[in-house]
Amino acid sequence: MTKRQLWLRFIAHIDRPLMLGIGLLMLTSLLILYSAGDGGWSRVLGQGVNILAALVCMWLIANLPLHYLMRTAVPIYLLGMALLIGVALFGEISHGARRWLHIGVATIQPSELMKIGVPLMMAWYFEKNEATLTLKNYFIAALLLLVPVALIARQPDLGTAILISASGFYVLFLAGLSWRVMGIMLVSALASAPVLWSMLHDYQRHRILMLFDPSQDALGKGYHTIQSMIAVGSGGILGKGYLNGTQTHLDFLPERTTDFIFAVYSEEFGLLGNLILLSLYMFVIGRGFIITANASTYFTRLMAGSITLTFATYAFVNMGMVSGILPVVGVPLPLISYGGTSMLTLLLGFGMLMSIETHKKLVKT
Amino acid sequence: MSKYVELKNHQREIFYFRLRLVISIGFVLVLLGILLVRLVYLQAVRHDYYQTLAESNRISIVPIVPNRGLILDRNGVVLAHNYSSYTLEINSSKTANLEATINELSTLVNITPKDRKRFKKLLTERRNSETLMIRNRLTDEEVARFAAQQYRFPGVEIKARLFRDYPYSDKTAHLIGYIGRINQTDVDQLEENDLAANYRGSDYIGKTGLEQSYESELHGTTGVEQVEVDSGGRAVRMLSRTPPASGNTLVLSVDAKLQEIAEQSFGNYRGALVAIDPNNGEVLAFVSKPGYDPSLFIDGIDPQSWDELNNSPDVPLNNRALRGQYPAGSTVKPFMAMAGLYYKIRSPDRTISDPGYFNLPGSSHQYRDWKQGGHGSVDMFKSIVVSCDTYYYGLATEMGIDNIFNFLSRFGFGKKTGIDLEGETSGLLPSQEWKMRRYKEKWYAGDTVSVGIGQGYSLVTPMQLAYATATLANNGIGYKPHLVREVRSSRSNENRLIEVKPEIDMKLDPAHLDLVKRAMAAVTQPGGTAAQAAAGAPYHIAGKTGTAQVIAMKQGEKYDASKIDERHRDHAWFIAFAPAEQPKIALVVLAENGGHGGGTAAPIARKVMDYYLLGKVPQPLPDATESEADQHD
Repeated sequence: MTKRQLWLRFIAHIDRPLMLGIGLLMLTSLLILYSAGDGGWSRVLGQGVNILAALVCMWLIANLPLHYLMRTAVPIYLLGMALLIGVALFGEISHGARRWLHIGVATIQPSELMKIGVPLMMAWYFEKNEATLTLKNYFIAALLLLVPVALIARQPDLGTAILISASGFYVLFLAGLSWRVMGIMLVSALASAPVLWSMLHDYQRHRILMLFDPSQDALGKGYHTIQSMIAVGSGGILGKGYLNGTQTHLDFLPERTTDFIFAVYSEEFGLLGNLILLSLYMFVIGRGFIITANASTYFTRLMAGSITLTFATYAFVNMGMVSGILPVVGVPLPLISYGGTSMLTLLLGFGMLMSIETHKKLVKT
Repeated sequence: MSKYVELKNHQREIFYFRLRLVISIGFVLVLLGILLVRLVYLQAVRHDYYQTLAESNRISIVPIVPNRGLILDRNGVVLAHNYSSYTLEINSSKTANLEATINELSTLVNITPKDRKRFKKLLTERRNSETLMIRNRLTDEEVARFAAQQYRFPGVEIKARLFRDYPYSDKTAHLIGYIGRINQTDVDQLEENDLAANYRGSDYIGKTGLEQSYESELHGTTGVEQVEVDSGGRAVRMLSRTPPASGNTLVLSVDAKLQEIAEQSFGNYRGALVAIDPNNGEVLAFVSKPGYDPSLFIDGIDPQSWDELNNSPDVPLNNRALRGQYPAGSTVKPFMAMAGLYYKIRSPDRTISDPGYFNLPGSSHQYRDWKQGGHGSVDMFKSIVVSCDTYYYGLATEMGIDNIFNFLSRFGFGKKTGIDLEGETSGLLPSQEWKMRRYKEKWYAGDTVSVGIGQGYSLVTPMQLAYATATLANNGIGYKPHLVREVRSSRSNENRLIEVKPEIDMKLDPAHLDLVKRAMAAVTQPGGTAAQAAAGAPYHIAGKTGTAQVIAMKQGEKYDASKIDERHRDHAWFIAFAPAEQPKIALVVLAENGGHGGGTAAPIARKVMDYYLLGKVPQPLPDATESEADQHD
């Protein structure tokens, strides 16, 4: 076996267009982190490690044949549920929320696991019952979604709860939930809004109210939005230039390596840079949709569609939050924000997409 | 199902799925469109506006710290207020050699070793790059001297700041508490409660006492000033200003003069006193002796003073009134008597014969009465007046621990009173279930016997006993004790009165109340255990003395105060309310190692009542040595 053959085997299950898009976004991440970290290498190196670790996991998942992937659905979901219940009972409280669980040396945040676990479980369930789908099945699938979401919302981690709801809803939608039922859901959601409002924590209400008038809370959360809008707006068409963002480098931008990293990018690269970034995202999302369309089984179609749509949602929610059209819910910019957990979760998803794409020839219908 | 049908379904299914996929793509494109519109709006349409904001800027948002609310007594006497004073502050990041700078400064202003130690402590605890105080309360002369030399000290500046002052100092320390510098724990807590924004710029937060429990009222709302700053960070122009709102003023139910008299009446004794208006739960005096100087803590206590306070055998930092747990001793007897009547264990006129000891059937262990030889023939009335132990050993045994637990817990024993201070302890009212949980052991009849005279496992706090006494004085209708009477808003002229409503109405039988209250009134009459302390009072005091054992006596051993180390002597209790017929004040006095309740605790109570009911200010105290009490408990 020549070197070249070995290499070809190594990348056999890596989807090249997808890898190209992801890789470019990761490079962008390192580039901006250097600027956001005020020219320090620590964040860049840290993110490099995050990326490498996540890539290894992605490779493993991509090489996993589909029937193995399906088999992981139930254990992952059950493990996630057990951990969520564990968190509710013994979790560590940090900043008023109970999200973390101490396991020996590490602390883990089970809600991250459920970002993959919930859609995986729902897709598995639909596949199992494919032949005889009735409204009852949709109802049970919805329960599989709502129970963990309720636990996460109670932590309280509203941002993650909403995002997992979205990824679960995408599975329901792609699985063919009838328009009439969705209409009823929409109406009842609007009707229950006042009830939900009363269940929210004060700080969550505060965040939502502040959305309409960030200046109301200029010292607190509103400060973030005001400053990030100034950063984005002052970037203009061409941007202030790499490493030249005043908002970034004069300490006006909060959380600029994590949730607000898009503001740093926008300030330094302007509208033009944003168009490039959005194109990159659209390229990845587009490839995801192509994989979805070509997917061979019911399970893989649902899974691929949900992963792609969820990725798009994350990107939209984060950029919407930074540019002041959505409340600050604490969602990182996918593949760009600093952080190991979100990088890992995202690449696990992309690993699945790759597996779905590259194993489909083997699963002839 | 035929192969044909399945295939057709499959194709239809694929068709529907693709349809949904197209809708999804449309959805993503809509999101993309929204985002693009927004970005074009911010970066192209409104670019100039944001450009100006970012450039002219840099807009700096400056918090304006509100004035902390005052604390007044019920007559408007100031118990906590703010004064402004000049401080000398050092920005450590702009000062090259701290040690040399401080040495140099000490030639201009007086800097004591304590100031230096405190500064070093602040340096290790500081949050971000704020300036740190090296001296406060500069004199005008010192200010002038430094101002003339300021050019030599980059990073050192004089600031006018507001400081907190407690005029009554140690006399109200356990009541008012103190504020202190915000530390990391406070920051975490503030963030947890989403209050961090309102504390931007604040240096202090309530740490104990009312300063802590009413922090949200006292702090006020931080204002914001948006100012334009030049590249050097100096303010050039003010853009907008939201003024701060001062904290609210607390008006207490405590009477400062009464508090002072109570505090002084203790003389050299350690202990606690809580006086309550039984008609509404207002706390009139709240003393824990000894106190401490709360101002030491405001800017971080220096290590030497801290060691002194912390290692003192008198434990001045312990809030005895709120947290001290002691055996109730004989003060529990009136409540036991009420229980006996309630469960019809004893009729008022049933007499027992007291040989001076009690033993359980089939046991030779003697539970001794305090009086050798006993009190002879004793009915319920007499049992309270002479504080007969034997009577209550028997009563408790017949009633059983379950009934005792149920009845006394309604008087608040074993429970926090819910007073508006943090850190209250709950005392201990033992039960069968408690003992099983705590010692994995069943309840023995012998355990009940000592509970009957307030010993054994049972523990009370002075606060609890005061609540129980007030509830008894008010015929079983209990009000939750509270120190704050009124919150005066700084913004409007709206004054919020703290709501008083009865917490419990025990629905006690008036005949039972009458008997127990008459007996308690007789305690302060000739023949009672507190006769001497009440002699000559123009009103009737209903009371009950008590002693709480500090060390256990062996069987057959005799307690002799003179032979025992001072700190092992019994604690003296006195509970009382007056006027006995129509109570206006109910109180509890605890004198640690005071010996007899009638001899040491009751005279303190008398002085407090004389002032409250008659306005009589006591003469300078006679030396508070133990008088030869003719009455024993």
